[in-house]
Amino acid sequence: MIRKLVAAGFEVIVESGAGARASFNDDILREAGAAIAKDTAGAWTADLVVKVRPPEFNRELERHELDMMSAGSRLISFIWPAQNEDLLGQFAERKIDVLAMDSIPRISRAQKLDALSSMANIAGYRAVIEASNRFGRFFSGQITAAGKVDPARVLVIGAGVAGLAAIGTAKSLGAIVRAFDTRPEVKDQIQSMDAEFLELEFEEDGTGEGGYAKVMSKEFIDAEMALFAEQASEVDIIITTALIPGKPAPKLITNEMVESMRDGSVIVDLAAEQGGNCEATKPDKVVNRHGVHVIGFTDLPSRLAAQSSQLYATNIYNLIMEMAPEKDGNIVIDMEDDVIRGATVVNEGEITWPPPPIAVSAERKPSFGGQDIQPEAKEPEKAPAVAIEPSEVARFFKSAWFPVIIAGLSLFGLGQVAPPSFMAHFTVFVLSCFIGYMVIWNVSPTLHTPLMSVTNAISSIIVLGALTQISSPSNLIYILAGIAVFITCINIVGGFSVTQRMLQMFKG
Amino acid sequence: MSPSLITVSYLGAAALFILALGGLSSNETARRGNLFGIIGMTIAVLVTISAFVTNHHEVLIAIMIAGGIIGFILARRVQMTQMPELVAILHSLVGLAAVLVGFANFMDPSIQYSGAEKTIHEIEIYIGIAIGALTFTGSVVAYGKLSGMIGGQPMLLPARHWLNLALFIAVVVIAVKFVGAEDHQQATLLLLAMTVLALLFGVHMVAAIGGADMPVVISMLNSYSGWAAAATGFMLSNDLLIVTGALVGSSGAILSYIMCRAMNRHFISVIAGGFGTTGGSSGGPSIEGEVQTIDIPTMAELLNNASDVMVVPGYGMATAQAQHAIAEISKALIKKGIKVRFGIHPVAGRMPGHMNVLLAEAKVPYDIVFEMDEINDDFPDVDVSIVVGANDTVNPLAQEDADSPIAGMPVLEVWKGRTTVVLKRGMAAGYAGVDNPLFVKDNTRMLFGDAKESLDALAQAI
Repeated sequence: MIRKLVAAGFEVIVESGAGARASFNDDILREAGAAIAKDTAGAWTADLVVKVRPPEFNRELERHELDMMSAGSRLISFIWPAQNEDLLGQFAERKIDVLAMDSIPRISRAQKLDALSSMANIAGYRAVIEASNRFGRFFSGQITAAGKVDPARVLVIGAGVAGLAAIGTAKSLGAIVRAFDTRPEVKDQIQSMDAEFLELEFEEDGTGEGGYAKVMSKEFIDAEMALFAEQASEVDIIITTALIPGKPAPKLITNEMVESMRDGSVIVDLAAEQGGNCEATKPDKVVNRHGVHVIGFTDLPSRLAAQSSQLYATNIYNLIMEMAPEKDGNIVIDMEDDVIRGATVVNEGEITWPPPPIAVSAERKPSFGGQDIQPEAKEPEKAPAVAIEPSEVARFFKSAWFPVIIAGLSLFGLGQVAPPSFMAHFTVFVLSCFIGYMVIWNVSPTLHTPLMSVTNAISSIIVLGALTQISSPSNLIYILAGIAVFITCINIVGGFSVTQRMLQMFKG
Repeated sequence: MSPSLITVSYLGAAALFILALGGLSSNETARRGNLFGIIGMTIAVLVTISAFVTNHHEVLIAIMIAGGIIGFILARRVQMTQMPELVAILHSLVGLAAVLVGFANFMDPSIQYSGAEKTIHEIEIYIGIAIGALTFTGSVVAYGKLSGMIGGQPMLLPARHWLNLALFIAVVVIAVKFVGAEDHQQATLLLLAMTVLALLFGVHMVAAIGGADMPVVISMLNSYSGWAAAATGFMLSNDLLIVTGALVGSSGAILSYIMCRAMNRHFISVIAGGFGTTGGSSGGPSIEGEVQTIDIPTMAELLNNASDVMVVPGYGMATAQAQHAIAEISKALIKKGIKVRFGIHPVAGRMPGHMNVLLAEAKVPYDIVFEMDEINDDFPDVDVSIVVGANDTVNPLAQEDADSPIAGMPVLEVWKGRTTVVLKRGMAAGYAGVDNPLFVKDNTRMLFGDAKESLDALAQAI
């Protein structure tokens, strides 16, 4: 990414040691064209600062990171503007333009910038790895000489990007995976990953704005909780990813449910940062309740540093390219651009969050940016324009009987006037058409081109007509017939030999 | 030679022709079928020469040898990608021959009929010449379009439907006059007038049809050349011509039908000309989103990591002559244990089965080449689809947008696969003139440039 940025006309400064945990040491970065800033403050003086977490107080330097930025510079990072409104105020005061990676609108065009999806994907994967780490048994069922091992049963609650990633990972480890989501349209996606979709006997669509889930009615939640309670006693691992934008995470797994789980079971709560889906969750900690490990890590992506760095860097690179369309190293914040507008939370000293809603003109896809899932097109095929109700007469004309009757009448008329010799030929003609019909439908579609060239050759049978005329005493007829013989001979030989040539290739 | 012997020979030839077509039902029997066709033709020609030709033998043989050599050279020299052009030009020869034979027959003083027989005979001549003339110019224009001498865009004259109708009525009116004509001279003039009209009609008809409809046009002309032969057969009271003409005619008609169905278009609307000219002028909603490109090393890596690869070739593969490169790549991938299949849309290319011929030329084993209907359901399991120069046949709008000119056309659902790489020269719309939202889907990557060069480089990288 650094290489690409340098190629696009940027100067890149990296804080010393920044890549260490993702196995990119300073030398590698330097080789890629980056200048390495000796201290943290050096990196903060850049025109555009790219970071993961919101600016915070730097204990080593005893300065707030914000203070190290100069006015008019720009920051790209996760901001969580809803939770950090005072931070926005400080940005505005210092005239720092800020683009929040978490505020990028989830429209199709912006999916390549969507760091939330990238990170959720990693978090989902890592959640399963963390769970397996604590879980004292295999995920896959095995029958060994030392006895039978049951496969682990995993319940994934919330089938967003993270949930789907978790399903995929758990599935590939061999577990039996069940998943639940309040949005019925994700059912296909869950099933496409070979997981079982748990359904409620309840009619309510949980699809909220922008493809996220919304808060459900009380009755729904009751039914849901009953389902979870039932599942909790059956499954070994629960991974919860349920989030509703701008709201604390819904409490889905109660202490009683945790208690009902077998000892040694694991719960991974991906919503820990927003309060957790499980009552027992402690953010950033692993707690053991009633013999169940409840994992509340909020830094799962960082636990897969190399992977997250790669994806995040690509997201950032794409965002910078969006902002620097000229590829000359100049960054423009284009407030007319829906994506940039959405991401920009502070611009020229003004707080510009929340952005106005985006009018999505094109068909909107549910916002699961995961590369592994392609949502099925939801819309049923539109019926073609409804034809005007056909009248009885029109129906008759359209029915299969109409052509038959017409054909019958025409034949009758023909029989009335035509001489017997003609009828003999006509019989041959009609029967040949039927034979042709039968024979041609059997032709393999791969051989349609040879079919055309061979029919071409045999349609030159017309040469017989010319041959019968060529001996005519009339010179004109002689010449006409001669030309006809000449060109049909081109056709006969050409048609047959090109067919032969083609079929030779089909020999395989 | 006794008449019965002639009849028996003709019967044998007709049977051989039917076997020739029947042989094409599978790759194994196809070459034997072609041999049957050659034998049938040889019998028919030899018997006719020995039975009917009384003089001009030397000239006749010289002409036949000359024609044969030209045909042979044409067949040897033609590039497989130019097959549609060759077929088109060969059709035109059949049409021209039908016209010539028709005129010769009309002028032959030795043929005398009276009453209803005379009328029917004249109608036969008339129809034979009309279809022949139409086939002749239609095929010539089709050849021009296919070889790029004439632009592929449909030529749309104002009031073209009325023009067609007027031409048709004129042909019918002349027919009535022709049958009722008093003397031979007047009849000849009328026949000539009709021939000119039919020639014009052929030009106009094909000129109004867009490039993407060429598979239909070629099969239709194939059909016409058959009907022309059949009409000539009636005229000469020759059953062999009738049988053969009917076989060829129905073959072409079925192919046209298959092609039309593959494009979800009515035969009439193809003939009436112009793709997308009857529907909305906008050509569907404009496509939002951004194209994501891919480079050769990344794509090579993508392919090496895939386990199931689908190749979807289109006309672009033929124009870029990329069939050998893609065959090379698929061979390399198969060697690595990767499953490679080819998905062929029925109207890919410019004539029925065009892609199959090209792939066969490049020695792609035919058991990994599949028809659209066979593999369309498999796309969700495909890791990488490589679209080589295809556009309309992989356009999701056909399913998503009921107002699109291609709405309802069956398409290869490549977008359901995990990743699609589209090789294309630029972002131009396909022949249907419709933008393709496939190109901006999240799981689509574009590889711009000449397909052959890209694929050659890719073959190296793999």
